[in-house]
Amino acid sequence: MTALLTIIVLVFILIAIWQMVKIFDLAQAKNGNDIPGVATDKDNTLNGYLMMGFLAFIYVITIICCVKWGDLPLMSNSASEHGPTIDNLMIVSMVIIFFVQTVTQFLLHYFAFKYKGEKGKQALFFADNNKLEAIWTIIPVIVLAGLIIYGLNTWINIMGVDESDDPLVVELYAQQFNWKARYAGADNTLGKANVRLIDIDRANILGLDESDPNAQDDIITTELHLPVGKPVLFKMRSQDVLHSAYMPHFRAQMNCVPGMITQFGFTPTKTTAEMRDTQQMKDKVANINKIRVENSKKLVAKGEDALERYEFDYVLICNKICGKSHYNMQMKIVVETQEEYDAWIKEQKEFKNSLIN
Amino acid sequence: MSAHADTHAHDDHGHHHKETFVTKYIFSQDHKMIAKQYLITGTIMGVIGVIMSLLFRMQIAWPEEPNVIFEALLGKWAPDGVMDADIYLALVTIHGTIMVFFVLTAGLSGTFSNLLIPLQIGARDMASGFLNMVSYWLFFLSSVVMVISLFVQAGPAAAGWTIYPPLSALPMAQGGSGAGMTLWLVSMAIFIASSLLGSLNYIVTVINLRTKGMSMTRLPLTIWAFFITAVIGVISFPVLLSAALLLIMDRSFGTSFFLSDIFIQGEVLHYQGGSPVLFEHLFWFLGHPEVYIVILPAMGLVSEIMATNSRKPIFGYRAMIASILAIAFLSTIVWGHHMFVSGMNPFLGSVFTFTTLLIAIPSAVKAFNWITTIWKGNLQMNPAMLFSIGFVSTFITGGLTGIILGDSALDINVHDTYFVVAHFHLVMGISALYGMFAGIYHWYPKMYGRMLNKNLGYIHFWVTAVCAYGVFFPMHFIGMAGLPRRYYTNSNFPLFDDVANVNVIITIFALIGGAVQIVYLYNFFISIFYGKKTVQNPWRSTTLEWTAPIKHIHGNWEGEIPHVHRWSYDYSKPGHDDDFVPQHIPLKDGEEELQH
Repeated sequence: MTALLTIIVLVFILIAIWQMVKIFDLAQAKNGNDIPGVATDKDNTLNGYLMMGFLAFIYVITIICCVKWGDLPLMSNSASEHGPTIDNLMIVSMVIIFFVQTVTQFLLHYFAFKYKGEKGKQALFFADNNKLEAIWTIIPVIVLAGLIIYGLNTWINIMGVDESDDPLVVELYAQQFNWKARYAGADNTLGKANVRLIDIDRANILGLDESDPNAQDDIITTELHLPVGKPVLFKMRSQDVLHSAYMPHFRAQMNCVPGMITQFGFTPTKTTAEMRDTQQMKDKVANINKIRVENSKKLVAKGEDALERYEFDYVLICNKICGKSHYNMQMKIVVETQEEYDAWIKEQKEFKNSLIN
Repeated sequence: MSAHADTHAHDDHGHHHKETFVTKYIFSQDHKMIAKQYLITGTIMGVIGVIMSLLFRMQIAWPEEPNVIFEALLGKWAPDGVMDADIYLALVTIHGTIMVFFVLTAGLSGTFSNLLIPLQIGARDMASGFLNMVSYWLFFLSSVVMVISLFVQAGPAAAGWTIYPPLSALPMAQGGSGAGMTLWLVSMAIFIASSLLGSLNYIVTVINLRTKGMSMTRLPLTIWAFFITAVIGVISFPVLLSAALLLIMDRSFGTSFFLSDIFIQGEVLHYQGGSPVLFEHLFWFLGHPEVYIVILPAMGLVSEIMATNSRKPIFGYRAMIASILAIAFLSTIVWGHHMFVSGMNPFLGSVFTFTTLLIAIPSAVKAFNWITTIWKGNLQMNPAMLFSIGFVSTFITGGLTGIILGDSALDINVHDTYFVVAHFHLVMGISALYGMFAGIYHWYPKMYGRMLNKNLGYIHFWVTAVCAYGVFFPMHFIGMAGLPRRYYTNSNFPLFDDVANVNVIITIFALIGGAVQIVYLYNFFISIFYGKKTVQNPWRSTTLEWTAPIKHIHGNWEGEIPHVHRWSYDYSKPGHDDDFVPQHIPLKDGEEELQH
């Protein structure tokens, strides 16, 4: 039935197009000199104006996007020490991009309008100008040199791990389709591990080396808690396929690769409570809850459960396609004060006590 | 060189070899027929690719809602009309594969390199008609295998078009990584063989078979673009072939090139010592040049069409060639910008940031040269010209965000979000598609001897142009909200609830934009039979293909091949009555050839 309907609709569309063509062809006064299928002065004029219309469309869609969806969480209100440096670089790049975009799109569409063809008009024979070429080679060179130097500085600062800060070492462990965190315990040294040592029956789920003294006090959790203001060094592992540990609020991301350990370090600067309390986040959460209430009404009308109220939490997201449930591979991140963190970690079981004998 | 070409000349035009239906339409060795075969096959694959994108766009906009279209098209993959998460990833994967390789590489390069290289350089045919035929039929075979892969029991390949192992290597990691992935790899291996045969043929033809007077600096920019594209293809496609072969070995013969230390579904696998990062390097060593393989031919077509329809020489011919060469060179040393957060050494990331951002320079030169080309022109707003202007517009919009993605520090945060999807769709997807459409509208009379209906062309362009921006411009913003790509639904992240309505808007634009392609398909297929008959040189163009007879003949020109006396951009040259002087017209007494 559906197939039949689709075919009927398609046939109607084709007939409509056929009729449209006939109307167009009849409406156009035939000029003896016109070659069929080639633009006439009338076409040039119409399309010239449409070019200006399109320029307006580009500007309007830019403005609408910026106004409606321009409170970009990835460009402000970061929660890590290096976050603002990325945000500033992003803003500088964005300003340059918007400027170039506005000017070049104007030139392109305005010229297309201004120089729309007319019979008998003569185009300018202008094939070359080394000065102009030099100008638009050198200007991008200067701008890009600036951006490259700025960008690389930022990059090196972020990726350079300073071991002298005595960072808190945490392993992020990825598997289809969830995350685990492993804290190094009192010695702040992660015990050796390899997926070959995984022993599900004994609850050695991350494959820690049971004979390694460093592994004994390791702590495996399903939530990631971080003390505010303390540098963290993440060591990433994956047991099956590629995953990517993406923590957007901290401007942090690194792939988890089976067979190797990758790393990324940052210092959280806002506790979860502080983040919830920023005006920007309050607005965002209020807006989201408004949307959720609307959606809930529809769901309830269909006899389904209403959505829960949303409260902000930092989140670790999988950002590398990893299989069927890739879209739901997440872990809650809690940033808290040192005291709260200490209290929480004390409640967790150490590895040696978590094994089943 | 010309002597070489002329030895092929057919003096006896009265009696060609007897053409049967099979040698003329199926196993043809004539480059014009092969071009049309590429175009039609590419079009069919394009329809499949676009329909897939519309399906998964509907899923993103209205997640997990029953849809009769899903039920009708996806069958068991959409129980009760609700799309399955596995098939969602498969659709995304195959959409990417088909559009990048089958439509924008084979469909674009295959069509126009074949059609235009011999005609524009003044050759009877490709250097090897036989290899050319083999190249097309391998492409056809790979298309068939790819389409067959959609119907295997466990589902088609679903690991993303980048097929990173281990996900693509382990059938237990994902249904699509079984027979579906095997067929994907076989299809791609055949595709690469086809592409290499084609590219070698293009290179040899351009170097050896140019007609008398056609020096390299008199070549139309189309030919330069096809030539350099073929060179990049020959350099980089073999690396993908090696990656595919090694992956086949890992999958089927138990080697450990890309796999190590894997525990999946309760068991430890034997693989040891391999690295998925190695695969990423091999993949992107092709994968990045690939986007230039896609965009350079489009740039060539657009340069030619813009000059013709502006009735002006292309501005900065030498700078255009130099920038093609610069882009080609840089394209082979930037692949690491896809891997900033892959775990490779951050210092390597710095190097790739540097080389990547350098590409903006030749790209900027090209954009400004196009803008200057239309400045003070006498613009003939044919559909091909509109698509060319559209190309420059989307190339700028999409290209600029490359400055953000190529910057390793910024990429940390927008890597694999919708920001990336928006960027590459505009800069290489939509732009290359526009280049292809521009080429089709422009050279349709050369291919079929008939004109496309221009009014349908105008509708096609304007609706497509509005929809392309409507789809991909807002997409940057959901990317900057941190939304990851390749998510079946975002409903598990209330964090992103406030951008759900953007996804609906995007999908509506996508559906309209997809639907308007029916206008184009109608125009294309109906005009083959019922289009208005064309005149010899409808766009009043200077290049050699318009001196060949409208009716296709084997060997392209009756009698001698025209000789070339000037570059291909003598439009509106002072001192001539017409606003164009074809390349085969000798210089007048005292006329200087431009020292370009």
